[in-house]
Amino acid sequence: MATIAFLLNGTPQRCDVSPDTSILTLLREHLAQTGTKEGCASGDCGACTVAISEPTSGTHRYTSANACITPAHQLQGRHLVTVEGLSEQGHLHPAQEAMIECHGSQCGFCTPGIVMSLFTLHSDLIQRPSPLTPERLEAALGGNLCRCTGYRPIRDAALSMNATPYLRPQWFDATLPDSESDAQITDLAETAVFFAQPTSLVALAQLRQAFPQARLVAGGTDLWLESTQRLAPLDQLIDVSRVAELLTIEEALFENQTGWWIGAGVTYTQLEPLFNAHFPAFAHLLHRLGSQQIRNRGTLGGNIANASPIGDTPPVLLALDTQVELASVTGKRCLALEDFFLDYKKTALATDEVVSRIFIPQAAEESQLRVWKLSKRREDDISALLGAFCYRVEQGVMRDVRIAFGGMAATPKRALAAEAALEGSAITPEAFRAAQQALEDDFQPMSDVRGSQHYRQQAAQNLIERLYLSLSVPDQEVMLHAYAH
Amino acid sequence: MRTLTKLDGDSSRARRELHDHIQGSGPLARHTVDSTGQRQAGSASFHESAEKHVTGKAAYIDDLAVPADALHVALGLSPVAHGTLTQLDLSKVKEAPGVVDVITFHEVPGHTDIGPVFPGDPIFVDHEISYAGQCLFAVAATSLQAARRAVKFATISIDEQPASLDPVAATEREEFVRPTHVQTRGDWQQALDQAEQRVEGELFVGGQEHFYLEGQACVVHPTEDEGVIVHTSNQHPSETQKLVAEVLDIPFHAVTVEVRRMGGGFGGKETQASPWACIAAIIARRTGKTVRLRLPRSDDMHATGKRHPFHNRYRLAIDAEGVIQGGEITVIGDCGYSPDLSDAIVDRAMFHADNAYSLGDAQVVGHRAKTHTASNTAFRGFGGPQGMMIIEAAMDDIARQIGEDPLTVRKRNFYREGRDVTHYGQQVDQLQLLHTLVERLESDSEYWSRRKAVSDFNATNSVIKKGLALTPVKFGISFTAQHLNQAGALLHVYTDGSVMINHGGTEMGQGLHTKICQVVARELGLDLDKVRITATRTDKVPNTSPTAASSGADLNGMAARDAASKLRERLFDFATEHYPEGLDREGMRLEDSMLVAGFGESERSIPWGELVQTAYLHRISLSEKGFYATPLIHYDRSVGQGRPFYYYAFGAAVAEVSVDTLSGEYQVDRVDILHDVGDSLNPAIDIGQVEGGFIQGMGWLTSEELKWNDKGVLVSDGPATYKIPTFGDLPPIFNVALLEGHPNSMASLYRSKAVGEPPFMLGICVWSALRDALSSLTDYTTSPHLDTPATPERVMLAANAIRKRAL
Repeated sequence: MATIAFLLNGTPQRCDVSPDTSILTLLREHLAQTGTKEGCASGDCGACTVAISEPTSGTHRYTSANACITPAHQLQGRHLVTVEGLSEQGHLHPAQEAMIECHGSQCGFCTPGIVMSLFTLHSDLIQRPSPLTPERLEAALGGNLCRCTGYRPIRDAALSMNATPYLRPQWFDATLPDSESDAQITDLAETAVFFAQPTSLVALAQLRQAFPQARLVAGGTDLWLESTQRLAPLDQLIDVSRVAELLTIEEALFENQTGWWIGAGVTYTQLEPLFNAHFPAFAHLLHRLGSQQIRNRGTLGGNIANASPIGDTPPVLLALDTQVELASVTGKRCLALEDFFLDYKKTALATDEVVSRIFIPQAAEESQLRVWKLSKRREDDISALLGAFCYRVEQGVMRDVRIAFGGMAATPKRALAAEAALEGSAITPEAFRAAQQALEDDFQPMSDVRGSQHYRQQAAQNLIERLYLSLSVPDQEVMLHAYAH
Repeated sequence: MRTLTKLDGDSSRARRELHDHIQGSGPLARHTVDSTGQRQAGSASFHESAEKHVTGKAAYIDDLAVPADALHVALGLSPVAHGTLTQLDLSKVKEAPGVVDVITFHEVPGHTDIGPVFPGDPIFVDHEISYAGQCLFAVAATSLQAARRAVKFATISIDEQPASLDPVAATEREEFVRPTHVQTRGDWQQALDQAEQRVEGELFVGGQEHFYLEGQACVVHPTEDEGVIVHTSNQHPSETQKLVAEVLDIPFHAVTVEVRRMGGGFGGKETQASPWACIAAIIARRTGKTVRLRLPRSDDMHATGKRHPFHNRYRLAIDAEGVIQGGEITVIGDCGYSPDLSDAIVDRAMFHADNAYSLGDAQVVGHRAKTHTASNTAFRGFGGPQGMMIIEAAMDDIARQIGEDPLTVRKRNFYREGRDVTHYGQQVDQLQLLHTLVERLESDSEYWSRRKAVSDFNATNSVIKKGLALTPVKFGISFTAQHLNQAGALLHVYTDGSVMINHGGTEMGQGLHTKICQVVARELGLDLDKVRITATRTDKVPNTSPTAASSGADLNGMAARDAASKLRERLFDFATEHYPEGLDREGMRLEDSMLVAGFGESERSIPWGELVQTAYLHRISLSEKGFYATPLIHYDRSVGQGRPFYYYAFGAAVAEVSVDTLSGEYQVDRVDILHDVGDSLNPAIDIGQVEGGFIQGMGWLTSEELKWNDKGVLVSDGPATYKIPTFGDLPPIFNVALLEGHPNSMASLYRSKAVGEPPFMLGICVWSALRDALSSLTDYTTSPHLDTPATPERVMLAANAIRKRAL
């Protein structure tokens, strides 16, 4: 047990809870705050959405999170805002007012979560006024399931809440409590359970070496399901989310290539500006990766280290020829991402190592990146399959072709045979047909809940056809707007 | 155009209604969107709990405070679909940290079969295991986590047997949960034999998980005598009261069931909320402690039944115009392992196999197949949607066969003069209404100009194809089990003039309590804030029907109205006698929180508060109960003919979709809906039901895919793998309107119509539009097969089978 000091709706709190406690459990079972609901305990429905403010850039920026899969201990030194805290001096928050006015609640169970997503959108709009585009609305609300309304009144509430006068809550700019200092390894060795929050890579590597059986946690968006769904004990946790070296994005030169070193703890939300500027297709994929609540918490390092065959970013990173840096007390090493994935959920990471940074090389000027994710639902769904295509066309000939797929093998994997079929070929039906054929050598996908083997094989081949069409008939619409970028 | 009021039969109540209607005490001003007025029936009042919803103060079951020593229950569920339980060793479970009690089949003091209508649902497995997720034992511990972890210590031995998972094969083997039912009208065989043309097809219609956001949950307190008080998220408190009493072997009056609100129900808490209350009640009585039982999402999805998947077939005779002359339709409902409500559900699928179209001389056959899955149960539409799907599939197929637009074919087949009796013998009332409604929608949605735009677009695009479809809904309103069409209400007026109304219906988000308060406010001439509803309780209104079949407001609203009007009459009688100036009984009324008598110069008014105080002091009862039973309805199951429905609710919707024929991805670009609720009780709530129902229906037919592995274990067991519509699935253009000026022709509550289920089936237009887009790949000469849900996978595979490849 360790003490968490944080603010809850402006009021200082100190709580002693076990390392595997989620914010939702802390609220509902320890603090008797039941306004925040559990709908799924897996970060997929948004009923438990809360807002968290971090003392980062001096301003108070509230970001949404799924309380059910966010470790309570990560609240250390943070400000947690819940649905109970929004009204001020008897006045409802504009998000609440608008939800009533627009008839935005029916059964009301998802409503607190929706109100909190609207609250973060509202505070974001005040700090960074910009038009409420459909994309922005979708990003803000796509992680909140409602089974009753069909969302129209919720959309109306989002669009109308800014017209409501806003009484800024007194707690809005509340001073955050100081973070407690790092626990020392020697302290931890005394206890069977701990939640360690190192702030430097050196401290992290030492912890990793001392406790190889401990689990690393960043956003918790995947790890926490082991606790809530499979009831696995998470007694020893090392939190990487405050390690300074893991939180930076640096432009750099690596092995004669310009590019960016991205800290493994950088969240998807934090990646957006970089990707918007340099990899718009990748940025577009991020909009369909999880929900806003997940993107605020999940990290690039986590998506890689997890080594799931259906993680969204690894195929893209493979197509972009990404390097991954692994760190331990003895130093750092780099390897190509494709050498990192060994087998289903198996990686080259040694027990004393952590993923510290990822190097994404800058794409050549004329290079193209296409990222096509197929899933049952457009938003907040896991890929049935995902194809990433990187290439350039030089005088009508395909060059530097790198193709990778997720969902087609036990790991995210390059389609080497398909790449070979296209490399150096003109844009002809024959070449692309050969690439389609080659996919059958590259992959023997399996059937599961997200798609049949036959579908995956056919769909992957159809994506090659889509690529051909996009190259050969440039003016034709080959994708739907909602999916295109 | 106002439809003339028509009455069948000899219901005196209905006649009184008609009289009221003609006297001008009928519907209030319709479809006002002014939400600041008196908020009585007919106005767009906010949900009674809206402010509590948005502030987090609305309490659901898991939010209720319990004593510190309360126990938390987790369930041990069968990991296999079919087999015999040979050993259940729970010794390690009992020793696990925090465990206080463990119960199995053998610890049940009373009834062990908790089948709601027919037997067949054991509370725990004794020997025979019938589905993966069936309850083997329950563990009560000091925390939910302790209980859940303890479950894992069980040693379970099962002699596993092959699971029967295919309802068609089960039907061939005549493995049914209930006997097959047949409805026949005319010589259908001859119609087929003499047909100018024949058309036939089959369709798999997938099931649907309810995915109420609040999972199954209850809290049970032991009482000081032998009973329990049950707080439950539940659409049918009276049935839970009965089952809990039977399981405990105590009289019904020892059990009180209370439901304040549900975090969504949709039918999933009609019968399937009871088992958990029964289990918690047993433990509460054994331990003397308060017991909380809440199913974690994946347990909920494994343990509870879903919308029935159906396999449907049709063979129809048509004339050259595509008008159906007769034929046969067979529907096979996949009922899961036990009857539950499947008899009535497959019946309702049969009652709706015609949707809005006359089948001519037809036979409809409904099988109730038994498989080794959870017992499928009520879900918004109750089999109706699955039945409608086959005739809507047929409409598209006929259109392609005769080379006409599907809308033209649909309209030709609508019930009309001379073709106005259904295959189960009910004459379709308000015959013209659907024609009017569809014509209005056709024009408002610019169907024909958009049809041309869609064709033009498709002619110039080879990958993206657009589709357009208009589908109607005709949905029968009433429980098909006649005795359920009754309701009670209890009205109290307190001496400060505030009013409390209770009734048998439950609030699951549909706004029932809001509507009932509006009814009472209207009857008593009060502001809405004077009227309050608390929880639904079996000790206030007994022997209630489930809140189901869209009937909540129809039945309970009438009962509340009955109570209020009886109390009003009593107050009028009192006022006439009491006030010495001689108030005129004729024309006496309650309005604007006053009792008003006389007109013009002689008008006198007495404030409501004063009236109530005075009546109390003069020992006049200020409490009243109300009752209602739906008139006219009957159905003779032995011949498959009758009038099972008091009336029909109508609607229609147009969807335009864009389909990526390479990836199978699609988007719904625009939806237009026109829906009939008679005279709306609350337009805001009704619009909410229409929109929410549509999106839920669309989800059923598109992204919501239930999958079991080949051993019968559900693998889509959480929101990560089971995808209900989310914010981005809301069509960018979504025009929804209520049909105005067409009061119910039957004497329903202020001439309103039920709205819970009918809009769900408007979602069928999305599926039909997807087929339309696929059909464009063959220039509308074929009718592509598209089972549901039409996931991108199914759409892509259907497109792959017919499209021209670029490579």
